[in-house]
Amino acid sequence: MSNAEPSPSEIAEREEDFALHSLAEKHAADRRYKASKEELLHFYEQMLLIRRFEEKAGQLYGLGLIGGFCHLYIGQEAVAVGLQSALKGGLDSVITGYRDHGHMLAYGIDPKVIMAELTGRHSGISKGKGGSMHMFSVEHGFYGGHGIVGAQVPLGSGLAFAHKYREDGGVTLAYFGDGAANQGQVYESFNMASLWKLPIIFVIENNQYAMGTAVSRSSAETHFYRRGTAFRIPGMQVNGMDVLEVRKAAEIAIEHVRGGNGPVLMELNTYRYRGHSMSDPAKYRTREEVQGVREKRDPIEHAKTELMEMGVAEASLKEIDKRVRASVGQAADFAESSPEPDASELYTDVLVETY
Amino acid sequence: MPVEVKMPALSPTMEEGKLAKWLVKEGDEVSSGDVLAEIETDKATMEFEAVDEGKVGKLVVPEGTDGVKVGTVIAIMAGEDEDVSEASSSPEPAPQAKADEQPAKEKPKAKKGGAPKVEEPEKDLKADESKADKASEKDDKAELETGTTQLGSDIKPAKSDEVPHGVNMKTATVREALRDAMAEEMRRDERVFIMGEEVAEYQGAYKVTQGLLEEFGPKRVIDTPITEYGFAGIGTGAAMGGLRPIVEFMTFNFAMQAIDHIINSAAKTNYMSGGQMRCPVVFRGPNGAAARVAAQHSQNYGPWYASVPGLVVIAPYDASDAKGLLKAAIRSEDPVVFLENELVYGRSFELPELDDHVLPIGKARIVREGTSVTIVSYSIGVGVSLEAAEKLAGEGIEVEVVDLRTLRPLDKATVLESLKKTNRMVVVEEGFPVCSIASEIITICMEEGFDDLDAPVLRVCDEDVPLPYAANLEKAALIDVDRVIAAVKKVCYR
Repeated sequence: MSNAEPSPSEIAEREEDFALHSLAEKHAADRRYKASKEELLHFYEQMLLIRRFEEKAGQLYGLGLIGGFCHLYIGQEAVAVGLQSALKGGLDSVITGYRDHGHMLAYGIDPKVIMAELTGRHSGISKGKGGSMHMFSVEHGFYGGHGIVGAQVPLGSGLAFAHKYREDGGVTLAYFGDGAANQGQVYESFNMASLWKLPIIFVIENNQYAMGTAVSRSSAETHFYRRGTAFRIPGMQVNGMDVLEVRKAAEIAIEHVRGGNGPVLMELNTYRYRGHSMSDPAKYRTREEVQGVREKRDPIEHAKTELMEMGVAEASLKEIDKRVRASVGQAADFAESSPEPDASELYTDVLVETY
Repeated sequence: MPVEVKMPALSPTMEEGKLAKWLVKEGDEVSSGDVLAEIETDKATMEFEAVDEGKVGKLVVPEGTDGVKVGTVIAIMAGEDEDVSEASSSPEPAPQAKADEQPAKEKPKAKKGGAPKVEEPEKDLKADESKADKASEKDDKAELETGTTQLGSDIKPAKSDEVPHGVNMKTATVREALRDAMAEEMRRDERVFIMGEEVAEYQGAYKVTQGLLEEFGPKRVIDTPITEYGFAGIGTGAAMGGLRPIVEFMTFNFAMQAIDHIINSAAKTNYMSGGQMRCPVVFRGPNGAAARVAAQHSQNYGPWYASVPGLVVIAPYDASDAKGLLKAAIRSEDPVVFLENELVYGRSFELPELDDHVLPIGKARIVREGTSVTIVSYSIGVGVSLEAAEKLAGEGIEVEVVDLRTLRPLDKATVLESLKKTNRMVVVEEGFPVCSIASEIITICMEEGFDDLDAPVLRVCDEDVPLPYAANLEKAALIDVDRVIAAVKKVCYR
């Protein structure tokens, strides 16, 4: 059999198969973005800002200044920073679920208005009416911040639809987790996005746990990057703990999508150090497991080591840390001292128009 | 033995049709499956096939004849050994031919005893034996009445003072009015597009989007897969991204799959974002009971959506309101649920011939003035209310009928003003009674109109059961004129 010439249908099949793997192969051939020292310093600072911001949010939650649900992004910083650094600001769109603070910070949105939203104050980005899970910045092309698991996937496909409809060349990045990846609407979106060749990158942030359920206990196919195959969406598996690998993968995916070739599905393997939300007792995993990732795979430590290898002095890294802490401190002060929304705000923004 | 070939019912709503063209002539041998004729229904031109083999004896109804009633003998087939001439001597008189009488199409005719004015997505365009037989049987027994027949009405709403004086009026169906509204808004604003199941190539499951694909092309008239949750989300996202989507649900029963996006994604966005992210999407499609489609396909979702802050909910009755309010809905910066009614699509009303007929959202309309008692209703209930009002006028009870038109925001002022005038009220709603729009109106009267009440406000709603299939039970479940009359008399203590 091995000597037999492949039939035309076999060749066609192999070519199609190749099309679905081609991005992964392209990435395998050149895994990491070659960042300049300045670029990597910038990524480092952004990741550190997310980390320190989230740590502070955790503290404010403990003090009772932040209420309700609060989902921290600690451990996953390289994903948002690596991906969003490859986007075109002012053109492309980003949408995510409820674990959204990091994505906003990675987009350069002022930490003050994010923190003030967490504390439910008038100067928060949603005037204190949205809270941790519902934040938006249309100005930055950040479309939320959605509290229903998986809802952001068709919504993101709609944003991509709008880019295609307007022919503005923009692409959409729609983030969701390994948990949301089991929602039916995700596959409805895959189908239409592929059918209509929408310019969208579906980003599965696989942090290994859907709330407290490990992926192996909730998913028949734990290789999430393969889940677009049935819809002819090429998949990519990416180490989400390495900001330069993420950045490179983003460039490959964006080039494909912006070229009018339809969607890409990326699985970013990452890890959430903290609980699902602030009320998570974390009985589903061991301290050793978390500690192991922190020590061996931490994205910020990884970038720090690399920077030092590039000849960046420890003092300048300390300087960055200081700057980030100061910025987060100011954000926290602002969030604590800003007034609550005026009582009249209860009735505003329900509808845009008056009828 | 000659066999009669009768005018088939090619859709559940078809009462009559046009025999557009004979594809056989007298004396032709035909076999089962051969196309005998082309027949135009109110929705499409369809091929009519021979059920059996035989020889065409006589073509009783000439081609081009309009208004041929379902069940009319249109041809006689001769048996195998029969003479054509023998078969020709038909005992049946030829039907009255109303050749090329145009307005015959889409006549609103759902009075008792008439055929139900019900439409359903036609999956099967071929007229098969059973369908044709069933139709002629039905006709023979004159047993066409179903529960939805009692929702019919021939009485038109009073002319609205929103229409400028002296404007020329034309007759149009609600279906045409809706299509024209969309077409006009699509011409006006490039951002407007329509998506949904069968909206493009099929021309709309209920023909509401007829001709839009031809004019606007596949970029703006988009057939979706059967995936309500997904495409409702895509439409909502496209609105967030700056477009003006019209999302059609084949019926609102199927929107239950998508209700999360309507409520959690569309309705709450503006509030949750502190007013910075808008969601100007229109979700539209038929709502409420349809004929003989039973519980899962017959429900009024008006009260569901009207309970959600952040949504605008519109449920028009006549063609003028359907057009003027759909145009307003498309232009609105807010998410709108636009509830149409399958049984009303084919009804004809006066429609003003205006270049830009846009009506205000959130305003009720007095469709009949009266002094004795107020009936508040919306959508198909308005027709039932007008019928009841007409009958009651004969007994000296002058009923004022208020059509809410918009269910959210509700025009409390008009309701309360009418109550102040008549001091008595009945709410007529084709929908479940519990937690209904009727409940809401009654609450408003208690809270803000108590001193104006001379009698308790009553409601006439469907029975509190899933809609049954059997015709007799369906009739018992749905509102009708008699129930409305009884309630009106009760609040008048008569």
